[in-house]
Amino acid sequence: MGSCALQLLPRMHELSIAHSLVEIAEEAAAKAGVTRVTAVHLRLGVLSGVVRDALLFGFDVAAAGTRLEGARLEIEDVPLQAYCAQCNAVVTLPNPQRFRCPRCDEPCGRIVTGQEIELTALEYEESAPEATAS
Amino acid sequence: MATPRLLEIRQGVLSKNDRLAAELRNRFTAAGIFVVNLLSSPGAGKTRLLEETMRRMRQRNLRVAALVGDLATDNDAQRLARSGAPVRQIQTGDLCHLEAHLIERYLEGWNLNDFDVLFIENVGNLVCPTGYDLGEAARAVLLSVTEGEDKPLKYPGAFVSADCVVVTKVDLAEAVEFDTRTAEANITSVHPGVPILYTSARTGAGLDDWIAWLDARRRAMSAVAEVSSPGYAQD
Repeated sequence: MGSCALQLLPRMHELSIAHSLVEIAEEAAAKAGVTRVTAVHLRLGVLSGVVRDALLFGFDVAAAGTRLEGARLEIEDVPLQAYCAQCNAVVTLPNPQRFRCPRCDEPCGRIVTGQEIELTALEYEESAPEATAS
Repeated sequence: MATPRLLEIRQGVLSKNDRLAAELRNRFTAAGIFVVNLLSSPGAGKTRLLEETMRRMRQRNLRVAALVGDLATDNDAQRLARSGAPVRQIQTGDLCHLEAHLIERYLEGWNLNDFDVLFIENVGNLVCPTGYDLGEAARAVLLSVTEGEDKPLKYPGAFVSADCVVVTKVDLAEAVEFDTRTAEANITSVHPGVPILYTSARTGAGLDDWIAWLDARRRAMSAVAEVSSPGYAQD
């Protein structure tokens, strides 16, 4: 222990996020009887405050010694969407610095997507307890 | 050859914190304690604003307490304790933000019914604390005039999550050529309609407005609590 990886990340919350992610994934895998996870699928909102590279790095650190060790972290970016009352529609905001409807330019502050940090699925390889002839 | 399989989960990575925060919020509401989470960059003046806010609230016989998060030292807790209010320091060590389990742990031994208002001064940081619900009833994000007008654009996540933005150190605005109109435009750009308060803990400017905002939120919270629990004893 005491690897330099841990020293690089101490004040970034991506390591905390990575630990939470691994914890949830471990619990789900254990419940499903999965012993080795090969990939983890995550949805990450552009306004989640999570830095992708820091999370990827933190994930490897957090996954060490678990059934997620060596698994790929597949991150799907979730765009920022808000509700525009003027247009009565959910619109995609291209810029998180500007909460205005791209169609009508009215302010729209009700966020619909873009803040999520969600574990969506795990990939694993069937260990095939009963060998099937083929 | 082994076949890859998919296990669907669909769970928020911070869902454990969210659950714990929801429990805390229920406890706070039941005890009638109004909890405010303060976020800002380091040095924006959270502690100074709190010192003055707590002093004024105590003069009105409000029972206030504070939890103060910092990576190291208990300097801020010592400063706040001078107001005479109960204060606890949460030294987070390597953690750049407060989490709900820390709040729960550091509340142990306090009777929540003894307090009207609890302030939580988060670790100085505009990124990491943003996604962590602490069970607060209101979140205030501070922006000091010395930081420049573009902070809201650089850290939209924090300002989006604010129930109110408190501009601090306005007594220094002229010296640092702070452009209020630009700052306001930037805050409104990332969070349309958010209340903006201009304060100076040193001169006292705007503190009445800030405290009036807190009072209004506190009253709104107790009104909701009474409606949702009809058997609740009045005091």
